Amino acid sequence: MIRSTVLAAALTAAFPAFADADLDALRAELKDMRAAYEARIAALEARIEQAGARPAAPPAPPADAAPAGNRFNPDISLILQGRYAHLDNIEARRIEGFLPAGHGAAAARGFSIDGTELILSANIDPYFRGQTILALFDEEVEIEEAWVQTTSLGHGVSVKGGRFRSGLGYQNEKHPHAWDFADSSLMYRALFGEGYGNDGVQLKWLAPTELFVELGAEAGRGANFPGSDRNANGAGATTLFGHLGGDVGTSHSWRAGVSYLHAKASEREGELEDALGADIDTLFSGKSATWVADFVWKWAPDGNARERNFSFATEYFRRTERGTLCEHDAVNEGCAAASEDAYRARQSGYYAQAVYQFMPRWRTGYRYDRLNPGAVDFGMNPLNFPAVDHKPTRHSLMLDYSPSEFSRLRLQYSKDRSMESQNENQWFVQYIHSLGSHGAHKF
Amino acid sequence: MNRLLVSLAMWLPLAAHAALNVFACEPEWAALAAEIGGADVRVYSATTGLQDPHRIEARPSLIAQMRRADLVVCSGADLEAGWLPVLLSESNNPKVQPGRAGHVEAARFVHLLDRPAALDRAQGDVHAAGNPHIHTDPRNLARVGATLAARMSELDPARAAAHQARWQAFSARWTAAIAGWEARAAPLKGLPVAVQHKSFSYLIAWLGMRELATLEPKPGIDPSVSHLARVAAQLDATPPRAVLRAAYQSPRPADWLAQRLGVPALALPYTVGGNARANDLFGLFDDTLDQLLKAAP
Repeated sequence: MIRSTVLAAALTAAFPAFADADLDALRAELKDMRAAYEARIAALEARIEQAGARPAAPPAPPADAAPAGNRFNPDISLILQGRYAHLDNIEARRIEGFLPAGHGAAAARGFSIDGTELILSANIDPYFRGQTILALFDEEVEIEEAWVQTTSLGHGVSVKGGRFRSGLGYQNEKHPHAWDFADSSLMYRALFGEGYGNDGVQLKWLAPTELFVELGAEAGRGANFPGSDRNANGAGATTLFGHLGGDVGTSHSWRAGVSYLHAKASEREGELEDALGADIDTLFSGKSATWVADFVWKWAPDGNARERNFSFATEYFRRTERGTLCEHDAVNEGCAAASEDAYRARQSGYYAQAVYQFMPRWRTGYRYDRLNPGAVDFGMNPLNFPAVDHKPTRHSLMLDYSPSEFSRLRLQYSKDRSMESQNENQWFVQYIHSLGSHGAHKF
Repeated sequence: MNRLLVSLAMWLPLAAHAALNVFACEPEWAALAAEIGGADVRVYSATTGLQDPHRIEARPSLIAQMRRADLVVCSGADLEAGWLPVLLSESNNPKVQPGRAGHVEAARFVHLLDRPAALDRAQGDVHAAGNPHIHTDPRNLARVGATLAARMSELDPARAAAHQARWQAFSARWTAAIAGWEARAAPLKGLPVAVQHKSFSYLIAWLGMRELATLEPKPGIDPSVSHLARVAAQLDATPPRAVLRAAYQSPRPADWLAQRLGVPALALPYTVGGNARANDLFGLFDDTLDQLLKAAP
């Protein structure tokens, strides 16, 4: 403003030939500005006076009284999960017609503890924050996430680097303790085992609009299914996703999105049943492209979720894989002789779930899973894989009780027909407890 | 043409400022920001008076609003611990992160009550810093208002004078209103009440009422019927004059206890928008006092 005043004054001096009317207008504007300045100075003076006259400054917030050394520690939460599962004795669990996507397939019968999760997060400095999620198993620690993210770029942009759950789909970023059911949907089990994680970078942009518009892109190592670890430079997997969301009135809110994952696989290990019922270890090399569409709708009376609320979520995927498939020769570490031919699969599936909190602490939910193994083209593969026309389905019904925000007990029944030979009644009793800092939950 | 350029050059620094976007976690801060900012701010309230501020979903619409915000004002003291951190991190908006000028945590500017002696979740959903429902004492609103006015002036220097002028005018009206409420509330001194949740600790302390019992067995944990029966038995000897709850809370426990004890159950608006009369900050306290005075002897 000082700049413009000087500028105006200079211009006034430099152009004496200005018409009187113009000069008058300028003078009037200058006068206005001076008046605005004077008002501001008066207000500031009043404030200073008031500050001086104030009897005592408000007492320092008690939160500051905590010892500083401790307050620089990251937020820590520990998730304790365990369950009792009543399952049939099925030796090799799989989803019919789908190459296995890694862990999550073998479910322990009887009592067991699920992965214990340790979550640490904090701001690193004014520019970054970081988080790590460790899953603890017997004699094993899995780094589920370990990433840093920018916090100060502005313009709605953030960059995340490290190991992280991809932003694709809806359920993907949720860890098991945040699931609404005791187990993962069949779709996510078929696609990623549990959820798609990657070592790489993520760029996210949020539009400055009232409508929630989020666009993201990721590039990374792509070591996890449907990709495979490769000895190569560059990115093994790339992801693009976009999400829209908003409210309808005060009671309804929604989010919808589309995501695309492209991954390269090189000798990705798998297992298929041949026409004689024997399990063949396989290697797949080629490209995998997955589209995911997701939609979530939530309702609470007047937006007050404490008493009653309802949520509906559904996701649909379509995956195309093109490349070659061969029998895994474990001795020579590669394809067995004369077992390799083209592999083309176009598979799809979805889940839809509804969860209703009918009174405080109590929720019930139903989920339906259905997959379509599609027509898998094995070319002229001599291994003789049969065509699969069984469509895996599952119905799940759950009831959970949360004594507080930090504890939850759940009973679940599932009718699982993932395999053609299977018509299984599954029962789960599960507890999920979280210790430590209050983990805020995503939508 | 020259004149046009001159005018443009002169007014550019002023015209470049659009109205300040204020994101308020609760309606009381939205109302306060609107009093101070007037037409120079666009205020968005993340919650309504009928929503429990402890339990809010980090909805996409809230993330989008926080992305656009220049100033975020929230109660703090962990009241929004279940959702605000997600909004802050997902919004990719550095201006409103804690510690920046665009972030006001109201609880930091007042003296907090009910600070727990020991931190243990066995005591329920305790707030480490103290009770976050600070706005139920109108004097706290004035303290936070002074900070808000200063922050708005800092963030929008071109309109600092207007913000300060509106703040001074509001402050004068507010001080007068507080004096009026305090005079009217004289009969409430020593009034024994039971509360559903410790939502009104500051109101009770301000007016010198007495809180005999809390219906929740532990903060944030809904009372069971057997617990309510115990509370009722305990209160039989020294019954309260009223059972208080916030408009957003379930009426069942308070109504049950009130009926059992034969005293009125009052649904206080708690915040702006809690009922039809509480359509601004003045209406909020007018209605609260009117309801309480009906229960007074």
